[in-house]
Amino acid sequence: MGATKDMHEAEPTRRDFIHILAGTTAVVGAAGVAVPLIHQMNPDASVLALSTKEVDLSALEVGQAIKVMWQGKPVFIRRRTAEEIKSVEETPVSALKDGKARNANVAANDDAEDKNRVIKPDYIVVVGVCTHLGCVPLGTSQGEVRGDFGGWFCPCHGSHYDNAGRIRKGPAPENLQVPKYQFVADTTIRIG
Amino acid sequence: MREQATMKSKTSLRTLIAVPAAIAMATGAAVAAGGKTLEYKHNHWHFSGPFGAYDEEALQRGFQVYRTVCASCHAVEQLSFRNLGDVGGPFHLAECPAGVAEGTDCTKPSDNPVVKAIAAEYEVTDGPDDSGDMFKRKGLPSDRIPGPYANEQQARAANGGAYPPNLALIMKARHHGPDYVYSLLTGYEAAPETVVMGPTQHYNPYFAGDMTTLMKPEFLNEEGHPIEGVEVPPGGVLAMAPPLSDGVVDYADELVPETVDQYAKDVVEFLTWASEPKMEQRKSLGVVTMGYLLILTLILFFSYRTIWSKVEH
Amino acid sequence: MSHSSTYRPGTAIERWLDKRLPIIRFSDDFMNFPTPKNLNYWWTFGAILAVCLVIQIITGVVLAMHYTPHEDYAFSSIEHIMRDVNYGDIIRYTHANGAAIFFLAVYIHMFRGLYYGSYKEPREMVWILGVVIFLLMMATAFMGYVLPWGQMSFWAATVITNFFTAFPIIGEPIKTLLLGGPAVDNATLNRFYSLHYLLPFAIFGVVALHIWAFHTSGNNNPTGVEVKDVKKDTVPFHPYYTVKDGFAIAVFMLLFAAFVFFNPNGMGHPDNYIPANPLVTPPHIVPEWYFLPFYAILRAITFDIGPISSKLGGVIAMFGSIMVLFVLPWLDTSKVRSMRYRPVAQLWFVLFVIACCGLGYLGGQPAEGVFVVWAQIATAYYFLFFLVILPLLGVFEKTKPLPKSIADSVLTNTKASGGMVAQAAE
Repeated sequence: MGATKDMHEAEPTRRDFIHILAGTTAVVGAAGVAVPLIHQMNPDASVLALSTKEVDLSALEVGQAIKVMWQGKPVFIRRRTAEEIKSVEETPVSALKDGKARNANVAANDDAEDKNRVIKPDYIVVVGVCTHLGCVPLGTSQGEVRGDFGGWFCPCHGSHYDNAGRIRKGPAPENLQVPKYQFVADTTIRIG
Repeated sequence: MREQATMKSKTSLRTLIAVPAAIAMATGAAVAAGGKTLEYKHNHWHFSGPFGAYDEEALQRGFQVYRTVCASCHAVEQLSFRNLGDVGGPFHLAECPAGVAEGTDCTKPSDNPVVKAIAAEYEVTDGPDDSGDMFKRKGLPSDRIPGPYANEQQARAANGGAYPPNLALIMKARHHGPDYVYSLLTGYEAAPETVVMGPTQHYNPYFAGDMTTLMKPEFLNEEGHPIEGVEVPPGGVLAMAPPLSDGVVDYADELVPETVDQYAKDVVEFLTWASEPKMEQRKSLGVVTMGYLLILTLILFFSYRTIWSKVEH
Repeated sequence: MSHSSTYRPGTAIERWLDKRLPIIRFSDDFMNFPTPKNLNYWWTFGAILAVCLVIQIITGVVLAMHYTPHEDYAFSSIEHIMRDVNYGDIIRYTHANGAAIFFLAVYIHMFRGLYYGSYKEPREMVWILGVVIFLLMMATAFMGYVLPWGQMSFWAATVITNFFTAFPIIGEPIKTLLLGGPAVDNATLNRFYSLHYLLPFAIFGVVALHIWAFHTSGNNNPTGVEVKDVKKDTVPFHPYYTVKDGFAIAVFMLLFAAFVFFNPNGMGHPDNYIPANPLVTPPHIVPEWYFLPFYAILRAITFDIGPISSKLGGVIAMFGSIMVLFVLPWLDTSKVRSMRYRPVAQLWFVLFVIACCGLGYLGGQPAEGVFVVWAQIATAYYFLFFLVILPLLGVFEKTKPLPKSIADSVLTNTKASGGMVAQAAE
């Protein structure tokens, strides 16, 4: 016992070096073991396989909307009529509650003009999760309330969205998110 | 004919690390299933051994053999199309081929164009749709590879009561899986003269079974044992007719022989991958781990010797 | 030999804490525990076992995040772990092989205790708690083996719960109670999962008692002679034994890793990769290797003993083979603790180790012909060793002279410990 006490009180010597090395190596090993034990909680391969989704829009008629599941969340896709497009294009950005595009496909600072909310003006694609507290707004299925601005309406706390998915009235702070997507064919999009 | 039971436990005794492992493995040594079979043909597989890895082209050919021949009766239940594009899988792509939309990540199994094309060649049942009906659609990478039958009962009904086993785990579900499947596929032969075969029975000396019950009465004594000078043939009978024949699968690569032997090797490679798709990653992590542990052991040994050097013990 | 605390709180905070929760004092005493300086490598298995338990608990908790305890999903959730979960295959193989390697270590630990008389006065409680841990380990391992819901899982559950039907009248109701139905089914799987998660923590608790017990009596040592002079006979546990145990753990991990990474199914059975099927029993059902000796004892009783049927006899013999360990401290009458000084007992001990390994081998062979006879001989010897040989040896054996103290034996020679290595490697 006495011998080790003395050893620790003195400056580290060559004899101590091996113990420091042993301790360090063991700690490095423990850290290495921690990696798989933590990484196992990340989404597994079967979940990642669903992280992109292709949707065929060829059957979607003008004026209709559909809801698809993507990463456990609903995505709204509406094929807008000419009047609907005209109406949202003419809305000045100054009239919007949230002036940001909120579109994963454009720059973060772009404003919320309709052209920054869509890839092709015919189709508006948004994540169907109200930016207030996460409810799913109405207005996609036929016969549902579409709110004061003809887009979507969240029944939980009364948020009204227009046909570009922009918040116009109610407690929601932001426009509906536009997910990352691209047209892989004329009428096929890949979300994610 | 050799005693297969003893041969097998001997090979099971091969030890990875000598003394303690010998105890572990001897007690864990598998008892050979069923009656006596011939000793399996031993092929040198490139996936065996601590550094063994799968051969991508063999995997692709093996998948082709599975799809052309085996898939008409056998499912690969645990495999999804996306698995074919996994790292180490038959159709993994390091980069996108020409003609794929910009921004696609082809290393991702679900966006891999080859995998998508294969999936689209299958029809899968989805649903229910809005009217409550199930419907058919083209397969997607995330779908399981559909099997030939809806359930076990249907499979049995279509195969005269026999159940074609799931092949996605076959290599781990049989003793010495790769050698066994290879021996079975290439080992069909005409039934010996001493036995009578039923119309749907096929003799294979590598298949576990007991041929005594099929022996002609003139070769058996009153107690049902074979008479002197006659031996019970090794192996057994199975319902599967010899599935492979030369030229039955058309390989794109002209240099690869289209023979039963080559088909069997390729399909064994594919099915071994299907049973153990993460083997390559596991082994390479194992090499790193063993290396680390050796260094740690060495350092700890010197640390131990240093600390104890002043103590008489 | 309870040792007096050498901890002196240095700062005001330490003094404050020491009066309220002396946790630093506890750790300090633990690390400085005076440990005989002549412990050999067989003594490192205690620390190895502690590491095994921790590995099993951590990997088990992780696996539980992905596993589904339902008869329709259990098998496929295991395959999901193997194929989809990040590092899932390595974590599961670690857990499965970890169970086997855990038993390997525990058997070595038990043989060590047996050879050096670590169960004798005043360490009876250490030994008894150890047997309790062993029983809990067997229950945990068995229930864990059922969870993948393969053919071996299912039939192991069926066969083992049928042990209870050997007991007249109460047997059948007990079996039904355990299974939650007339046969192994979803209810069985669910309760086994629940208990498989619970029992390791019970083991953890009993391990704490086990350590407490030998920290009260002091460690045994290869001479079996008690510590006479703390200064001359002992060294503090840290750093002397932390580093020695650490080295042994690293060597043991090499063996463990070799299995996990390069032969992960070597100790498993292929039939467990076939989903459970209540209509078909696999042609050869064998337990995992670490249960084989007990399985051999079960099957060795092929004859009726008076009113006791061979079935009940087998079950009694199997349970008895463990129960006898509980009374071992009172069966061994020898005043000399360590077999290092018991030349005759050494020979019987070597025979005992051979009998146990032989039973392990025989448990994996078909129960027919010469295998049965050998299993009966080995079983008979197993019980004779405890019930006849050890009690009589204490009376008749002429033992070698004991060293005066640990320090004394260290100075004179270390030859005998070499002898032990050669014998136990049989």
